[in-house]
Amino acid sequence: MTNDNENIFATIQEQLKSDDIVLYMKGNAKFPQCGFSAATVDVLNSFGVNFKEHNILLDPELRQGIKDFSQWPTIPQLYVKEEFVGGCDIIREMAESGELEELFKEKKLISNQ
Amino acid sequence: MPIDASTLENLLKGTFNNAKITITDLKGDNDHWSVEIVSEDFIGKSRIQSHKMVYGSLQGKMGNEIHAMQLKTSTPNS
Repeated sequence: MTNDNENIFATIQEQLKSDDIVLYMKGNAKFPQCGFSAATVDVLNSFGVNFKEHNILLDPELRQGIKDFSQWPTIPQLYVKEEFVGGCDIIREMAESGELEELFKEKKLISNQ
Repeated sequence: MPIDASTLENLLKGTFNNAKITITDLKGDNDHWSVEIVSEDFIGKSRIQSHKMVYGSLQGKMGNEIHAMQLKTSTPNS
């Protein structure tokens, strides 16, 4: 790892510790700047969960850093309790199949009713 | 620079030789793709692992020559 990577990885690790649900996206939740990011926000909103978004368009180092960190080439990227869950396609599939609700319940991010 | 459908198909076939691969150009601009792959190679793998296999087969083009790609992976009979 180069020094640059160490710095941005440390930043990302702090971000992942600070919030239970973290979304790296283009734009922000109110004004997404890409269809895939918008779709992911919609899924999260449909569950009514709190999440913290990071707009990678504002930070080129984070934009590349999160791809290196996750070993995943695209944005958006969703983390739940510091674990990478996936990008838009995976999140949508999991929402449809009920797996996302299961995950949120298991992590106590939504109630079990 | 975008990529054309046959290049994309060849890259995917290079890794998934026995798979059913469906490629759709969503906007007709060679830059927004929908790819569905049904392959035994995904048996026992999580979605993240399966998708990473697909991205790996694209040899770094994902995010560069390929701007956007909707991806769906599944196993036969699933």
